[in-house]
Amino acid sequence: MQNIRLTINSIPVEIEAGKTILDAAKKAGISIPTLCHHPDLCVAGNCRVCVVEQLGARTLQASCAVPVSEGMEISTNSAKVQRARRDILELLLSEHRSDCVNCYKNNQCELQELAAKYVFSSSELIPLPALQHYSIDASSSSIIKDDSKCIRCQRCVRTCSQLQHISALAVANKGSEQKISAFMDKPMANVVCTNCGQCVNRCPTGALTERNYITEVMHALHDKNKHVVVQTAPAVRIALGEGLGFAPGERVTGKMVAALKQLGFDAVLDTDFTADLTIMEEGTELLTRLKKVLVDGDTQSALPMTTSCSPGWIKFIEHKFPEFLPNVSTCKSPQQMFGALAKTYYAQKRKLDPANIVSVSVMPCTAKKYEADRPEMRDSGFKDVDYVLTTRELARMIKMAGIDFSALADLSYDSIMGTSTGAAVIFGATGGVMEAALRTAYEIITGREVPFENLNIQPARGMEGVREAAVKIEGCEDNWKFLEGAVLKVAIAHGLTNAYKVMQAVKEGRADYHFIEVMACPGGCLGGGGQPMPTSAEIRQKRAEAIYAEDAGMPLRKSHQNPEILAIYDEFLEKPLGHQSHKLLHTVYVERDWN
Amino acid sequence: MEEFALTKIVNHHGTEREKLMPILQEIVDKQSYLSDDDMVKVANALQLSAAEVYGTASFYSFLPTQKRGIYVIRVCKSIIARMKGSQEVLQAISDQLNLKPGETTADGLFSLEEVNDIGWSDHEPAMLINDKVYTDLTPEKATRIISKYLEQASQSKLSFNPTQN
Repeated sequence: MQNIRLTINSIPVEIEAGKTILDAAKKAGISIPTLCHHPDLCVAGNCRVCVVEQLGARTLQASCAVPVSEGMEISTNSAKVQRARRDILELLLSEHRSDCVNCYKNNQCELQELAAKYVFSSSELIPLPALQHYSIDASSSSIIKDDSKCIRCQRCVRTCSQLQHISALAVANKGSEQKISAFMDKPMANVVCTNCGQCVNRCPTGALTERNYITEVMHALHDKNKHVVVQTAPAVRIALGEGLGFAPGERVTGKMVAALKQLGFDAVLDTDFTADLTIMEEGTELLTRLKKVLVDGDTQSALPMTTSCSPGWIKFIEHKFPEFLPNVSTCKSPQQMFGALAKTYYAQKRKLDPANIVSVSVMPCTAKKYEADRPEMRDSGFKDVDYVLTTRELARMIKMAGIDFSALADLSYDSIMGTSTGAAVIFGATGGVMEAALRTAYEIITGREVPFENLNIQPARGMEGVREAAVKIEGCEDNWKFLEGAVLKVAIAHGLTNAYKVMQAVKEGRADYHFIEVMACPGGCLGGGGQPMPTSAEIRQKRAEAIYAEDAGMPLRKSHQNPEILAIYDEFLEKPLGHQSHKLLHTVYVERDWN
Repeated sequence: MEEFALTKIVNHHGTEREKLMPILQEIVDKQSYLSDDDMVKVANALQLSAAEVYGTASFYSFLPTQKRGIYVIRVCKSIIARMKGSQEVLQAISDQLNLKPGETTADGLFSLEEVNDIGWSDHEPAMLINDKVYTDLTPEKATRIISKYLEQASQSKLSFNPTQN
């Protein structure tokens, strides 16, 4: 494509046609403030903060929305631009309840950042009347919605529509009454929201935030009578650093464990352990379903089977494709398997009264908070997971405790339920569950390792929204002869828009997959709604590289090799899909309406 | 709205996204407002979310999402209307019917609303009662008009015809 030449603040820039003035400025090293713009989302052009002056144009141009043209002369810092920018920000602030010191997003708010930069005199604008009468929607287990902080940039609306194919949030009313609203202004807990938190990740202000459990967890940590265990999800260790001054993609596993110990957790354990366990259960479930359908001609067993680790995906399929709920693996997510075992197996082994155990998890996810609150998740006889913290909340707790994170020496996870393999850590990236499952399932069937160099199943990796792979099964062990020569067809989708495409293809009979991995968030858990902000394709790519590096560095890289997994089957669970597994590790789903 | 009636409307217009407005308008024409259930059904038919349909409906004063009275009084709230005294007119009607804007009387007879421009800026203050326009209002004039409706309503109590103005 032909390049376009223009100047920005008299600096010549050359850039591909179709790019925006904002892109060109970025290339020239000139920063233009933005609010409604987000690299993952389509152009909205509604906040106007990014206006620039174009020589010869009558009006100022929104640089995020206007494509470059040959010979353009742009000024990003003229008197006219400076004045307009300040006025626009003042107008936005007049619609925003600027209660900054009391705000959960204090110091992490894009609007506050811009106000600090560009607004330095008290405004003469009258605050919008709506700011005096507002209510905060705290109905959801995962997300708090405070309309008085909303500047109507509609990042959340675009996220929910474009990335997630839900549109639980839309723009309602108009003028001074305009607001971001669910259907009929219903509480978030009562609508199609999947709790994925992608809107929270992209909200520039404190209008959408995670429901935080910092106080509750602190309280438990200070209670001498409680034994507080914490589990950390695979994707937390590769992103927590971002919340504590590290660059994206830096792995902080050992420091995180050390910090959790300093915070006072009685045992620092690993969700990766139950990720390995998930592979044993889910892999066996898949093979059982394949046998039932292909050999026994059982019409009750549904294929393709889909993964069930992502609680955003579960809520989505419950709402959108309830007819496919029999296709979802009955396996609980690793978080909930861990929770159920913490108050049974772990309690027994450590001779603890489960009533005195407080089970905390650190997740890259806001939907995990909802998942932990589901009524089904009490198979231990207690609430299996008491509190779910996001990666962001953990970063905050570490700062609150005054821990010098970068100076911490690496520590290892406690045992039991702290040992894991590389197959578990890749759960944090899109395609990881598939890759981990194939590493184990292929070996169960054939007795040989998957035929990929260094166990790296490259077709499962990458950031393409939907990926497909086919694995030919040859040289089966005696028990699995019925699969000889069969081609196992799998698909991977991340982001619910892609999940929708895959499920629609299955529904319309256009796809004949056996196994589908779905992660609700772009990039998988590493791009989860509870991860440090900001997020972008580049940041997610760096996190993915960190995940695969973590896997490559593990001494064991196949779930069925995990010695603690072998031990738990030996001592407690007996066998995958056995009686005890069914009781503690598997679950049921609920049909929900699409509105 | 009954399922078959709604399906008929959707089939008549088609299910492209841009057909949302005419579909909602026709439902309002037929039953005066959009119920939650109507919006959900339209959303499903057009592959939209219910929130998107609500978002569109709530943008327009003439696509109400709450049940209305038999007589819907709409007083213009444009700046011009305000300059010419629409607030006093609104207050007079409000006092007369003991009704705040956005409410419907307990007997289901009147709803009072403030709406954006109704196209009579040269004759403000103006109001609509259902489809009928009243212009150049004063509080007294507005009160007289409302009184006529009240009278009409009490007279025709036995054989009430909601479409009659």
